[in-house]
Amino acid sequence: MSKTIPVVEKILSANDELSEVNRSRFDAARVFAMNFMASPGAGKTSVIEQTLKRLGDDLRLGVIEGDIATTIDAERVQEAGAMAVQINTGGNCHLEAYMIRDALSQLSLDELDMLVVENVGNLVCPANFKLGTHKNVLIASVPEGDDKPYKYPGMYRGVDVLILNKTDLLPYIKFNMDYFREGVEILNPGLTTFPVSCHTGEGFDAWIAWLREQAEAMRSQS
Amino acid sequence: MHELPVTQSILDIALRHANEAGATRIKDLYLVIGQLSSIIDDSVQFYWDIISEGTIAEGATLHFQRLNAEMHCAVCDLDYRLQEDQFACPQCGNTHVQLVSGDEFYIESLEVETDETPSSDNA
Repeated sequence: MSKTIPVVEKILSANDELSEVNRSRFDAARVFAMNFMASPGAGKTSVIEQTLKRLGDDLRLGVIEGDIATTIDAERVQEAGAMAVQINTGGNCHLEAYMIRDALSQLSLDELDMLVVENVGNLVCPANFKLGTHKNVLIASVPEGDDKPYKYPGMYRGVDVLILNKTDLLPYIKFNMDYFREGVEILNPGLTTFPVSCHTGEGFDAWIAWLREQAEAMRSQS
Repeated sequence: MHELPVTQSILDIALRHANEAGATRIKDLYLVIGQLSSIIDDSVQFYWDIISEGTIAEGATLHFQRLNAEMHCAVCDLDYRLQEDQFACPQCGNTHVQLVSGDEFYIESLEVETDETPSSDNA
């Protein structure tokens, strides 16, 4: 005979559960963890380099680099002073919680205060796959255009922080800031936003201050 | 590309629920996907046909219920559908609007076959 089984279960529930395990590891080690997402070329690695330069020695930052191939990014952030692990997804367009779990075996969380997971450059699906990080950070950039919130609403909706990079190019590029912000505001009201330029360093003070606050809050948790 | 792990998750969940219910075959799967969840139906079906082979889900039909992104304006109370390039309220132009639906991404139900006779059916 035939029968209907009610399920009502989120499709990515297995990944969600594993992400909770990762989260508890970050919490236990009091490491403030972020998931950096962006389109290719938005400046994820550059933002990490600039951040490392400004953090000083009191806050130790680790990086998990996700790429389809190559270790270029891991080498870049290692040179900038971070403890880094490279994950090559072999063609997969996003990172998943189990990849982070595996990468954590190569990192000493106890020696870190903060962790950045640099996701694969892609605005479509990474936001759907929770990694267990505390904050999802989207790095947008001026040359991508002001219409990106409208084209990738799922991504803009799924993040906790927005960094708008390459603001030094605003005078040269047709980018309607009001139109951009309107799309962001509707999808994600009150989203914490940091306009920055890796080229001039503009805007980094506010971003670094925010990072310090987050790391301090994490440290002082009992 | 991300449809493969998504499809694998769908299969894992379907098989788990079907086994718990003592099903011998999965005939239909009903999925609810909001407009803001990026997934391509044909691509999921393509992977499904490959990875469900040899399981009790082989040959099952996937049904996708697509939900539009519906908005509600907190200022003028208008309910409207999210447009591609204009998110603000089309009536009053306000941006104090809320997304009511569009984020959905779940399996609603399965239609399965069991060995039970109809008389024992009390489900």
